[in-house]
Amino acid sequence: MNLKAETLSKIDEVITHYPVKRSATLPLLHLIQEDIGHLPADTSEWVAAKLELEPINVLEVITFYPMFRQKPIGRRHIKVCRTLSCALVGGYKTCATFEAEFKTHLGEVSPDGEVTVDFVECLASCGTAPVVLIDDELHEKVDVAKAKQLSDQIKAEAKKR
Amino acid sequence: MPAPAQRRIIFQHIDEPGYTNDIGCYVRNGGYEVLKQAVTRKPEELIDEVKKSGLRGRGGAGFPCGVKWGLVDRKSGKPIYLIVNADESEPGTFKDRYIMHQDPHQLIEGTMISCFANNVRQAYIYIRGEMPHGARILEKAIAEARAANFVGPNILGTNYSCEIFVHRGAGAYICGEETGLIESLEGKRANPRIKPPYFPAVLGLYQCPTIVNNVETLCHVKYIAQHGGAEYAKIGTPGNTGTRIFCVSGHVQRPGYYEFPAGTITMGQLLNDVCGGPLPGRTFKAVIPGGSSAKIMRFGERYKGKRKVGTEMVDYDWGVEDVPMDFDSLGMIGTMGGSGGVIVMDDTVNMVEALANINAFYSHESCGQCTPCREGSLWMKKISSRMVHGQARPEDAALLKSVADQIPGRTICAFGEACSWPTQSFIAKFGDEFKQYSETKKTAKPADAVALI
Amino acid sequence: MIATAKPDLVTVNIDGKEIAVPKGTNVIEAARLVNVDVPHYCYHPKLTIVGNCRMCLIEMGMPAVDPATKAPIMDPATGKQKINWIPRPQIGCGTNVSPGLHVRTTTPMVKDAREGVMEFLLINHPLDCPICDQAGECKLQEQATGYGRGYSRFIEDKNVKPKRTQLGPRVTLDDERCILCSRCIRFSKEIAKDDVLGFVDRGSYSTLTCFPGKKLENNYSLNTVDICPVGALTSTDFRFKMRVWFLKQTNAIDTESSVGANTVVWSREGTIYRITPRRNDEVNDTWMADSGRVLFKAVQAPDRLSAVKINGTDSAFDIAINAAAELFKANAGAVAVVGSGRSTVEEQFLTKQLATALKASTHLVSRVGEGDKLLVSADRNPNVRGALVTGLISTLPGVKLVDLGAQIDAGKVKVVVTVGEDLAAAGLNAGQLAKISLIVLGTHAKSMDGGAKVVIPTLTAFEKSGTFVNQQFRIQKFLKAVPPMAGATDDLIVLAKLVGAAGGATIPTEVNALWKTIAAAVPALATTTFANLPETGQLLDATPFSALPFVEGETLHYKPAQPVVAAANA
Repeated sequence: MNLKAETLSKIDEVITHYPVKRSATLPLLHLIQEDIGHLPADTSEWVAAKLELEPINVLEVITFYPMFRQKPIGRRHIKVCRTLSCALVGGYKTCATFEAEFKTHLGEVSPDGEVTVDFVECLASCGTAPVVLIDDELHEKVDVAKAKQLSDQIKAEAKKR
Repeated sequence: MPAPAQRRIIFQHIDEPGYTNDIGCYVRNGGYEVLKQAVTRKPEELIDEVKKSGLRGRGGAGFPCGVKWGLVDRKSGKPIYLIVNADESEPGTFKDRYIMHQDPHQLIEGTMISCFANNVRQAYIYIRGEMPHGARILEKAIAEARAANFVGPNILGTNYSCEIFVHRGAGAYICGEETGLIESLEGKRANPRIKPPYFPAVLGLYQCPTIVNNVETLCHVKYIAQHGGAEYAKIGTPGNTGTRIFCVSGHVQRPGYYEFPAGTITMGQLLNDVCGGPLPGRTFKAVIPGGSSAKIMRFGERYKGKRKVGTEMVDYDWGVEDVPMDFDSLGMIGTMGGSGGVIVMDDTVNMVEALANINAFYSHESCGQCTPCREGSLWMKKISSRMVHGQARPEDAALLKSVADQIPGRTICAFGEACSWPTQSFIAKFGDEFKQYSETKKTAKPADAVALI
Repeated sequence: MIATAKPDLVTVNIDGKEIAVPKGTNVIEAARLVNVDVPHYCYHPKLTIVGNCRMCLIEMGMPAVDPATKAPIMDPATGKQKINWIPRPQIGCGTNVSPGLHVRTTTPMVKDAREGVMEFLLINHPLDCPICDQAGECKLQEQATGYGRGYSRFIEDKNVKPKRTQLGPRVTLDDERCILCSRCIRFSKEIAKDDVLGFVDRGSYSTLTCFPGKKLENNYSLNTVDICPVGALTSTDFRFKMRVWFLKQTNAIDTESSVGANTVVWSREGTIYRITPRRNDEVNDTWMADSGRVLFKAVQAPDRLSAVKINGTDSAFDIAINAAAELFKANAGAVAVVGSGRSTVEEQFLTKQLATALKASTHLVSRVGEGDKLLVSADRNPNVRGALVTGLISTLPGVKLVDLGAQIDAGKVKVVVTVGEDLAAAGLNAGQLAKISLIVLGTHAKSMDGGAKVVIPTLTAFEKSGTFVNQQFRIQKFLKAVPPMAGATDDLIVLAKLVGAAGGATIPTEVNALWKTIAAAVPALATTTFANLPETGQLLDATPFSALPFVEGETLHYKPAQPVVAAANA
């Protein structure tokens, strides 16, 4: 596990938030994923050692929570809300648009490596449906036109690099 | 009758031009004055105010907050924890998001007052993993409050100390269930606990007495501490005090969040007057009144019975539009006010497809711990998805209902109800649509039809 | 009429039957006491309660009282106190008895709940029964007969999961059969203290897994197979070998250490197929070590002794006894007897009789290993305490036969009778062995058998009945599981014949008859009879031996009387 010094110090700090070290499991997994982009194979053992647990205790947690991923994703993570309120106003089309724009399939890294599109459950912004979370940024009322516009932005950023 | 005016006590500053989420703005608007005053009072007094207020939890169950606090084991000698349930996950609900993003100090103040009232020395805010900004905003707000001595050691010069930490979830609806949330906060899979014996008020976080309150609920506590329980109870109707925030989504002209005195607005007023009615050329078909697990209402149906008004029992005969949007009225007609998430569907929606969408959600979110919910939720999803994408059989309606009937009341937590009520109510209200779906499918859909599954 | 309850008992009513049960008992166990079966999968009496299978749902009620006055509310129809039934079913495993608790297990609500759970458990369960080892002892099969539909309403695709995973050297996992009860996970964590199992993924896709890179290989791994209510975890050794309903069950005792775990030996037509634990709450709960489950392989081992030999040449039993008699006569006063901590109480009693008849010194060999704090103790002999009780020895044996060696060197001992012990392994050197005439009673070939004067093959613990006294001074009996191997003779017969050859009295060799003699001769066993010995054993008075420095440390249900360190220094 090759973590940035900043991540390591955050890890040590967050453990102090809890009287029982095990509670820091989710925070540690978030910090590792933010640092590396995903949770590499040795994460369970590393976190277990840090929190005085058995590795299976950590693996059970990693696989329970959908936000934790064990494989790398594209440079940007596009999460389209699938649930009813968004679906009622075109969430499925929004999702299909992102898939088509990046010639990719759900859960996969797009061929250009730019994005991974996921169809996720309710993002709790049903009043501005359909909503899309791109990395940490929530985008509201993302119809097909706006999905194309967001896709173009991402592609333009990619060209600039 | 036109809709009453909104009364924003919790959402007072939401979307207010120029209002920012930093402590300076909050204090300029009178922030933390209630906390300053609260720490000079006896904790029992504050608990009494909450009891007097009649405040019911805003997370979904509508359990009286004062009663919840009253159940806390204060003699165990163990620390008492307070957890802010900010895992807003019930589809159709999106109120806590705005409080945390736009007015985080309101939540922190309400939390600190509640902690002081209950002698809590450590609180955690369990926020949805999908709200990374919200988590950062709360962390910044707590840091500001700590710097101003509103949070942390010896707050406001008293000998009372209390710390708040933000804890992020990672994409599990079941963390909204309070014992699932506690397991998750302990660093485990969010499997809800069996009750008895694991009532949070006695054996909660780290097996210590624990209070779990929703974000909005704690904001109401702040208002109650400020104005008194009796004053708060004057808002709304008896048994449904205070204000209610409705989150309206789906097929209306103006979806969004609206705060009204509880029990003063009907479904029709909310959808037609406040939200602008159906989309052009459409008509309302159905509405789910309290988050996607609440039982669906069908426009055109009538609800008849007797209800208590004051001390009298009077007849009622309501259409969907006439139903008052409070916990008791909605419960009386067989659904629930739940989390206040109102999902509206118009005549373009096929109910088989809408249910398939909901079933996909609940089967994805079942923790998988106990048999009826784990197997039943996925089975219902498989049936309803097959109906849409494969072969639909007329007998699937009866099968779906039968499967759903085998779940509620038999599971570890209320997810059993949450995942089966949609199927039960969709079949009860729209059974014909399910029986005829194989025929319906033979008709080509319009090109602009919205896919739901 | 409700019986007056003792202070620590609470009276409950289960399906109309009143019963007083200890406080803290749950409904499943309370119901068991009135022969009411509450079906369950995840509940296990020795593991924490999780309440996840929902099979044990029952209807529950409490006597009605006026909320204000607390006075009982009577039901005019029956004249009895009214019962307030809870409208939704409750889990029997997680519900502890309380005074006046009423339980109904036969109502439509309960039946409907059980049928619902059964259907849910079966929809994603594969139709493996014809090839599944669990068939015949599968709880899912059993309950399906009572609560199954008989046909399936499930026309969707079943979930697909890994079919044959080697979790470790002895346990095979079929995830499709798993009903996610979590018993194995709880056992590994709570009892074996080897937290390697867990569920990955979520919902119906949850999958039992051993952490990648780790193995379920602790010495208790096969208990997960025992407690798996379905065929998800199977014994790699037993897999596909035999249908369980063909197997005969015989109660036995694990001989690998002084814990004396209670076991069942499963055999068919003289062949043993497996050993499983038998519940004894005072000794081993419901567990046993993996190492004790393979001991039956000794019965048909290639090095098994099957022929009587004199001077290395095949002979006959009577001739061998005569040869022994000759040796005894020729060396009167110079015979020593090496008994065994592996012999039964009965055999030790006869060994003692033999020594008395011969005026011989008696010796015993200690076997010590590391205790695992659970069910394998440091004393690897099952019956050293039997030798104390029968008077065969009065002090604890050493690992080496130092005294005997000295006696041989001094020329005081010229004939040694050994009951199953390997004297070379027990420290006698080649020179010492060369000086003596050896009479060997044994089951398996030993290094010095070739040089023995007389070799008489005897029986393994699986081929005979008897008793052992475990570390708690609990005398426990075991029964013959399979017929003796041809050519081998029951130890009791051999020893009785040798007693006769030594000029001693005739002693009965049938175990029940022998016990009359034992009871008469051994005060500590005066009231014991083999036939009446309870299945869970009987505690003997340990006080005469309380000063002895026993080697065992703490195990599951045993605490050393005094600190081991202090004893060692004494």
